[in-house]
Amino acid sequence: MTSPALSLFNAPFAALAIPGPTFLERAPLELRDWFVHLFPAPAQWLVHHLITIVAVLAVFGLFFAFLTIAERKLLGRLQNRLGPNRTGPFGFMQPFADAIKALTKEDVVPAAADKLLHFLAPVIVCSFALMTFAVLPFGRHLIPLELDAAVLYFFAAGAATELAIFMAGWSSRNKYSLLAAMRALAQLISYELPLLLTVVPVVMLTGTLSTQNIVLAQGGWWHGVIPHWHVFTPWGFAGFLIFLVAALAETNRSPFDSPEAESELIAGHLTEYSGFKYALFFMAEYFGMTALCGLGVTLFLGGWQAPSVYLQFIPSYVWFGLKLIAMILLLIWIRGTLLRLRIDQLMRLSWKLLVPLALINLLNAAFWFQAGELGGAFAIARWPVSIGLAVLPFIAFGRRLGRGLGPRTYRYAP
Amino acid sequence: MLGSGILKGLAVTAKNFVGSYRSPERMVTVEYPEQRLPIPEAYRNFPFLVTENAEDPMGTLRCVACQICEKECPPQCIYIEKSKDKKPDATGKMQIYPAVFEIDTSVCMSCQICVEVCPFDAIKMDQVFEIAAGDRFTDLLLKREQLAKPNSYFHQIRPTEAEEVDTRLAAERKAAEEKAKAAAAAAAAKAAAAKAAATAAPTTKTADAPSADAPKPPPAA
Repeated sequence: MTSPALSLFNAPFAALAIPGPTFLERAPLELRDWFVHLFPAPAQWLVHHLITIVAVLAVFGLFFAFLTIAERKLLGRLQNRLGPNRTGPFGFMQPFADAIKALTKEDVVPAAADKLLHFLAPVIVCSFALMTFAVLPFGRHLIPLELDAAVLYFFAAGAATELAIFMAGWSSRNKYSLLAAMRALAQLISYELPLLLTVVPVVMLTGTLSTQNIVLAQGGWWHGVIPHWHVFTPWGFAGFLIFLVAALAETNRSPFDSPEAESELIAGHLTEYSGFKYALFFMAEYFGMTALCGLGVTLFLGGWQAPSVYLQFIPSYVWFGLKLIAMILLLIWIRGTLLRLRIDQLMRLSWKLLVPLALINLLNAAFWFQAGELGGAFAIARWPVSIGLAVLPFIAFGRRLGRGLGPRTYRYAP
Repeated sequence: MLGSGILKGLAVTAKNFVGSYRSPERMVTVEYPEQRLPIPEAYRNFPFLVTENAEDPMGTLRCVACQICEKECPPQCIYIEKSKDKKPDATGKMQIYPAVFEIDTSVCMSCQICVEVCPFDAIKMDQVFEIAAGDRFTDLLLKREQLAKPNSYFHQIRPTEAEEVDTRLAAERKAAEEKAKAAAAAAAAKAAAAKAAATAAPTTKTADAPSADAPKPPPAA
């Protein structure tokens, strides 16, 4: 029943060799172990996993609630507005008011809809989005499930939400929903490719698919201040940017939110959804965004590693949380700035820019690794070469992307 | 280069974000229930009835229940019943008054035609817009008592128009008074003339009668 990884996970805390664990670092685990030991020994493994699930649901459920209000406040400020400020102090009770509203709304199901699939689609999209949290290392010892193929599992679970989106469009029996779902599917599959291609170099260089080991591989600092995160290498920086763009598209975030463009498509594949089912889709979207940001933090921003050797006294899960919040704030900032892309622009961006750049980035990472292995002069010369390998293709492909697509001329409009 | 526009845009929104905390004049939001913008003078929504005296609104309605507005109202939201008796209006003249005057604001379309046709400046457009009600059949059907608002209120919401109406009404009343005075004078003069004629009449009559009869030849001699 217990794999090596699980037995390691189930082992009492003292058995793990941890360099100088502070009380705060240990606190969540000790709390869990204390609770688990209240139960008889045969049931302990079950309680152990259930409490992990409950913790993830509670923490990220609340995180989702406050993320929505933070996003609305921040978007308001980015556009010189106030944002919601009526419910509770500074409007911070707004998500709960929204939840009550969504729960009490009428749930309309079209008469011709496939009732089962129509009901299952929001459930599946939400559960798969939540499943991706299982392999994210939230702290030095905080990982719900330590899998050897964690990255693979993450993308398998993440890609399953695409199935749910098509289910939603198909089961509504509304031709516009179906068209929108097909469009959403085209977008998601197109951006799945650059997303995966940016992950490949990380897996290639660290030699592992385990998220915890990827974070461990980014440990250490140059002179105690500059961390060994992947984002501070040329290929890592380029990969992180491509990952960011692809993650935006993959989670239907602005400027790639045309699958559910509220103002143009009456919410696309969600047209026939109302009430709490509609809210579940949004919940899944935010869970997916949080999970992908968490993966980005894990792969490129050093996961739970502290940015400086002198800042290690702060618990690792706090660092993970801070990086996650920073990355989500960046996504909100982008949403508050950019316009929605047309579907052809969106496809062009993926296939003509991101995919080639991600492939070149793969070669760049290989070069970086090999030059580092050779050492000596190569270790210094790899910097300019690698930066060139990242920047020059970007400029070249960037010029090609807009070629022949000058400013649009309107013949009849003034 | 590709992406430079995105960076510029991000800089703009970042400036907005910081600026919204540093300089309040950037914020365009008016937090409505607490803060209000002044209503433009020409704004109108539903009619009200002008009374001359705030202490006695029902006694000093300018309306004389002529029912022109009721007949002109395109959606027919006005209902008027004339009084059987007469009461003195603000100027002391005996007038018919509206025993029932009702406006259904759920029907009213705020066209202001009732105001334009009223010969007495008795009905004017109001500026109250917070009129949400729980029951549209009772709460939105405004009675005479709810509609009556003093002239001072009209001055408050629409000073230029109220000033103009007041001067015109004053001029009309003065003209009416003068006319009445002239009429009275004329009547007095007429009465005096009649009196004078009456006193002079017997003589002329007596003088005339035979003269009138004079040319008549006697039928038979």
